[in-house]
Amino acid sequence: MARLAPIVILFWLLAAVAAPWLGLQPDAIDLGHILATPTLQAWLGNDDLGRDIFARLIAGAEVSLTVAMLVTAATMTFGTALGLVAGYYGGWVDRVLMHVTDVFLAFPGILLAIAFAAVLGPGLNNLILALCLTSWVGYARLTRAQALSLRGRQHVLAAQVLGATTPRILFRHMLPLLMAPLLVEATFSIASLIVAEASLSFLGLGIQPPHASWGSMLRDGVRYLLVAPHYVLAVGFSLMSLVLAVNVLGDTLRDTLDVKN
Amino acid sequence: MLFKRLVGILPVVFGVLVLTFLLVHLVPGDPVEVMLGESATSADRSVLRAELGLDKPLPLQFADYLTKLIHGDFGVSIHSHAPIAGLLAERIPATARLALLSLVIALAIGLPLGIAAALHYRRWPDRAATLSALTLSAMPHFWLGPLLMLVFALWLGWLPVSGMENDASIVLPALTLASGLAAILTRMTRASLLEVLDEDFVRTARAKGLPERTVILRHAMKAALLPVVTVVGLQLGSLLAGAVITETVFGWEGVGRLLVESIEKRDYPVTQACVLAIALTYVLVNLLTDLLYSRLDPRVRFNA
Repeated sequence: MARLAPIVILFWLLAAVAAPWLGLQPDAIDLGHILATPTLQAWLGNDDLGRDIFARLIAGAEVSLTVAMLVTAATMTFGTALGLVAGYYGGWVDRVLMHVTDVFLAFPGILLAIAFAAVLGPGLNNLILALCLTSWVGYARLTRAQALSLRGRQHVLAAQVLGATTPRILFRHMLPLLMAPLLVEATFSIASLIVAEASLSFLGLGIQPPHASWGSMLRDGVRYLLVAPHYVLAVGFSLMSLVLAVNVLGDTLRDTLDVKN
Repeated sequence: MLFKRLVGILPVVFGVLVLTFLLVHLVPGDPVEVMLGESATSADRSVLRAELGLDKPLPLQFADYLTKLIHGDFGVSIHSHAPIAGLLAERIPATARLALLSLVIALAIGLPLGIAAALHYRRWPDRAATLSALTLSAMPHFWLGPLLMLVFALWLGWLPVSGMENDASIVLPALTLASGLAAILTRMTRASLLEVLDEDFVRTARAKGLPERTVILRHAMKAALLPVVTVVGLQLGSLLAGAVITETVFGWEGVGRLLVESIEKRDYPVTQACVLAIALTYVLVNLLTDLLYSRLDPRVRFNA
């Protein structure tokens, strides 16, 4: 499993990156092949508008991975900075941050992202915004807890005594020690963001037609489950393979870097 | 103790209220226009605006919102003009039934699998259990649901596809909803039991000649279950969030389905009320778990 995971991830990454050059036509409607089963031309068959499912899967992977990585980059930066400051300074800054994160964590799972996406309206930009608004919390909590224990360390005290500026202490003396847990957190968060993007698109809150997304493809596929099970199966197994691989990579990283849960 | 905990969650409850209240104000542009569509007359709009109190200053709106909530008034649906409290009351039993059955299923799958994995550490039952848990946690409800539907309803014909007319209709959505919790329970039980098996009291129990069954089920499991209780409590609330997707997949008329319908109709007061109801239930369940935990764990009980 641990050896297979990077291959699966690499496959989807390469497919997503190379998508524009593969000459695929994910949006090309072909009414002669509605819900057609797999053939040599369309490896995974065609959807309810006769579009090539394989081509749409690749296009969906592009959306999925782009959203997951963009949101991870944005929320990790924001959440980590916030957590560092709160953990280092303590006091009211810390109390306010903790209260705010407590409130965000009072909404189970993907509920808050659904709520934000619902009021912001559907579309790619709002989808990204909704996910950003909700996924910084984990990084803030993680960094804050770590910073709290790091601020009493000898090398931090030494830097303070030597007159290092606060940003220098935070980013040069504390942040490097946080990279391992952050990396593990980011890996798991990419997996859950892939699922979150698909969930919102499944509910019709994400990517809008005709653009492909794994979530909206599953939504369409469920409608034709009886006549064209290959549609749902193709999308479902793709999604599962990527999420599973990223989670396994996360587990491997956690064990290798010796990060506690 | 109980009082202290109750006071402790007040800031969170207040924050949840503020956040759900602000939701409607996050609507880009004019929420009234978005809700009514472009064909509405300006008279219609001002009626709805006054009805929702959107013409008043923000703090006053929030005060009104709180006052109404305290009286059990969740407002009215824009779509059907029915009181939202009634809509929620209609849907809550269905979601509660689904969540409770899922909990039972998850326990029935997760506990035995976790115990088997721990007792056969690093042998095939452990590998199989760990692998199943890993796979299950990579299957979102909108993929596992259709897969179960395909196999058990369409191919084997054992169970109804969706809806809730039949008594057996609950089985597939409950299995789907249980999957995540079952996976977590398997992993937690395994890890927790593995840790406990190394403890002195387990060795003592074995040394005094108790049968292995008693050692595991009576002595080790009692201690190993403690962290599991916390996880179950935390995850019971997450089942409600999971129900949003599962209910949509299976056409199960619960609170989750109500939420999704309200989003599709841009019925924001209903959306707001559903989100609030789910979040408050989650906070409450977490509080109860905390209290239960402190009752069960003598270390917490005597230190408090």
